[in-house]
Amino acid sequence: MIDRQTLAKLVAADIPAGAFVNLGIGQPTEVADHLAPDSAVVLHTENGMLGMGPQAHGDDVDLDLINAGKIPVTELPGASYFHHADSFAMMRGGHLDVCVLGAYQVSARGDLANWHSGAPDAIPAVGGAMDLAVGAKQVFVMMNLLTRDGKPKLLPECTYPLTGLRCVSRVYTDLATFLITENGVVVRDLHGVEFADLQSLLDVPLTEELS
Amino acid sequence: MNALEAVADTADGSTVLIGGFGPAGEPVQLIEALLDSGAKELTVVSNNAGSGETGIAALIREKRVVKIVCSYPRQVDSRHFDEAYRAGRLELDLVPQGNLAERIRAGGAGIGAFFTPTGYGTMLAEGKETRVIDGKGYVLEYPIKGDLALVKAHRADRFGNLVYRKTGRNFGPIMAAAATTTVVQVEEFGEIDPEHVVTPGIYVNRIVHIGRAA
Repeated sequence: MIDRQTLAKLVAADIPAGAFVNLGIGQPTEVADHLAPDSAVVLHTENGMLGMGPQAHGDDVDLDLINAGKIPVTELPGASYFHHADSFAMMRGGHLDVCVLGAYQVSARGDLANWHSGAPDAIPAVGGAMDLAVGAKQVFVMMNLLTRDGKPKLLPECTYPLTGLRCVSRVYTDLATFLITENGVVVRDLHGVEFADLQSLLDVPLTEELS
Repeated sequence: MNALEAVADTADGSTVLIGGFGPAGEPVQLIEALLDSGAKELTVVSNNAGSGETGIAALIREKRVVKIVCSYPRQVDSRHFDEAYRAGRLELDLVPQGNLAERIRAGGAGIGAFFTPTGYGTMLAEGKETRVIDGKGYVLEYPIKGDLALVKAHRADRFGNLVYRKTGRNFGPIMAAAATTTVVQVEEFGEIDPEHVVTPGIYVNRIVHIGRAA
């Protein structure tokens, strides 16, 4: 099993140099800390900016300059601002290379559930999750493979309300990295578990193609 | 013109487009003026449903809002929304953020409806018309227009042209175009290079100078 920071490093290493990338709220945000300084990756934030820099502190805090999680951030050289319809057109139009999202569940076909727990008394909030899911050229999910009570989050079918259909291309978890392909779910990396033990945790048939 | 004068004629039952994404670009002083105007039974279209005690949260607290169209009502400090929603006093129309933006853009651009991939196959598309185009599923979405738009910009010139500051731009330009009456609060008045205009003055009806510190 690997920790959150190692997982963020692993995702960062898979982002191509010069890519335009959107990092979702929560765990995916940590990927930014592990991008190589010379990677020239350009971060997009849904609220209308390309070229977003790290979190702002002290005198650098400007309430007109925040990220999707409403945290003050900074701008990098080459940054640009645009309105919301342009920001989401950029997303839906397939101009972003990668987006990294958290998830409650992912299905073997790449369906994503990450916006609603399905609890009847929950106040629903979707934000940009559904737009991100359908828009980027590749959607990476970062999550723990099991829930706190040990239930798998990579499933034959999602049981939570869906965010998008067949949209996830890779799933990075604490126990393994999975590729969602036309021919099923392929295990690319094992993080300290044996393939047979990993398979025994999941109802999804796995193929092993270690990198 | 002060803020109250700028919104004083808002009719009960109006649909009000309110700019802002969290605190950035939120026209707080205009929302307070709308509260003071006494307008009620409002439908509010905004990305969020307010937090703390100011802005949209205050409108909800004072029971002026009957319906909110937004993408992300749940926030750290959105207790007034939470309370009104759970009590059944406030109708929520939850719209994915990109669909919300594009529907507002369409409202200002004279588009009758459009097909979007966002939401296809999810519960937010239930009951909506769908179509498969080139093998990909799309949902039919209709434009959103407002009777009133409240927008915050950085600077206006005397022709109503606007520029914004950083991520405070967000919904401002598309909301300004999608309402019958657009009221803008600005931090400063001054010249704007025509090449730098973000919102042309044709979309702007009233401007209130609030200043930077506010």
